[in-house]
Amino acid sequence: MAGVAVSTTINGDNFEYLCQPDETLLDVLRDRLGLTGAKEGCGTGDCGACSIILDDRLVCSCLVLGAEAEGRRVETVEGMAHGDRLHPLQQKFLEHAALQCGICTPGFLIAAKDLLAKNPDPTEEEIRFGLAGNLCRCTGYDKIVRAVQDAASVMKGA
Amino acid sequence: MRYIRPLSIEDAVGQLTGSSGTAAILAGGSDLLVRMKGGFIEPELIVDIKAIDGLSEIRETAEGFSIGAAVPCAALGENAALKTAWPGVVEAAKLIGSKQVQGRCTIVGNLCNASPAADSVPALVAAHARALVIGPGGKRTIPVETVPTGPGKTSLAKGEIIEAILLDRRAPRSGDAYLRFIPRTEMDIAVVSAGVNLTLDEQGVVKAARVALGAVAATVLLVEEAAEALIGRKMDEAALERLAKVCAGACRPIDDKRGTVEFRRKVAGVLARRAAMTAYARAGGK
Repeated sequence: MAGVAVSTTINGDNFEYLCQPDETLLDVLRDRLGLTGAKEGCGTGDCGACSIILDDRLVCSCLVLGAEAEGRRVETVEGMAHGDRLHPLQQKFLEHAALQCGICTPGFLIAAKDLLAKNPDPTEEEIRFGLAGNLCRCTGYDKIVRAVQDAASVMKGA
Repeated sequence: MRYIRPLSIEDAVGQLTGSSGTAAILAGGSDLLVRMKGGFIEPELIVDIKAIDGLSEIRETAEGFSIGAAVPCAALGENAALKTAWPGVVEAAKLIGSKQVQGRCTIVGNLCNASPAADSVPALVAAHARALVIGPGGKRTIPVETVPTGPGKTSLAKGEIIEAILLDRRAPRSGDAYLRFIPRTEMDIAVVSAGVNLTLDEQGVVKAARVALGAVAATVLLVEEAAEALIGRKMDEAALERLAKVCAGACRPIDDKRGTVEFRRKVAGVLARRAAMTAYARAGGK
């Protein structure tokens, strides 16, 4: 199989890579570019652990081909903190202990970032619906919902 | 395997027509990539249609709406005019998968994946939607219900692409609705579903109706007798009773872990009845 040459923007930086035509963007991020924040849970778009933002749309990177990223903007969890300064969502996830094993966390953070970008003041129900594409087997979700609510109020005040 | 991203629909048709092995069209990929990963399909050629001009747009035309084949379902919910005109179609499309899947999945993909339980299809069939097909033989416009021919199978010929879904401009006093039954509250595959589309006269009497049922046969069913039960009537109890009975009788469901034949028949009637009441209210009926 011939490789596909791709030029794309990830977290504001330009990236160029070669990938196989059937290689997912998740595999490209993790195995070719060393961006291992996005996790492979199911690989079939059910669990949300590989969530990224592609041109302002929340997507599962396991359901995107690496070749499709050509000319587009990709945001991953690696782009959320600025140096040592955590994104309010990351800070609140820590404070509320909204994670245990942590595999689902990057996906939840990106999904919550997308949710708050589109709806800065969500109700609890809107948060639960908005994050329904992300599965967590540890927390029982309540701590995640509280962390997102708290982050939303901090971000509104900022 | 090759991946190409043509810039024109003619080029895409040419590439699909000229391919020797299995060729797959990639729009949202939420079915295709899962099938590739599972080893159910190994395409020799992947034709990504998202760079083709116009395919990622919802256009309001003199005739109504044209929804491009690459428009993700999330964009349907963001289009105020479409939501006002066709709330049933939009609510059905919005039920497909999670937020993440919504950002990718398309109604054309939902139609061409040809699952009997596809959420957007009963709503589109009830809405009298047409598919604009382009292929080596030129263009044609066909009713959406003629696209799926059985689970995973479509009537499209080699090299043909559905360019857009066309919806009519709304007549006054019209409304549509879609409902499905799932054992969870969200993100599941319909056990039974129903789409209803109505137009009323000035007295609130139904003058046109279309009723479609999903997940109760090998393809989505357009139930003409159910529409007849509503036409010429207001939403009186007798009309609704007749609608439910006809819908239950029209089902040819399978028995599986998601629902028995008996359950599916009963629920088809219940959902058709509830969707009809919602469509009636949306059309301004009282």
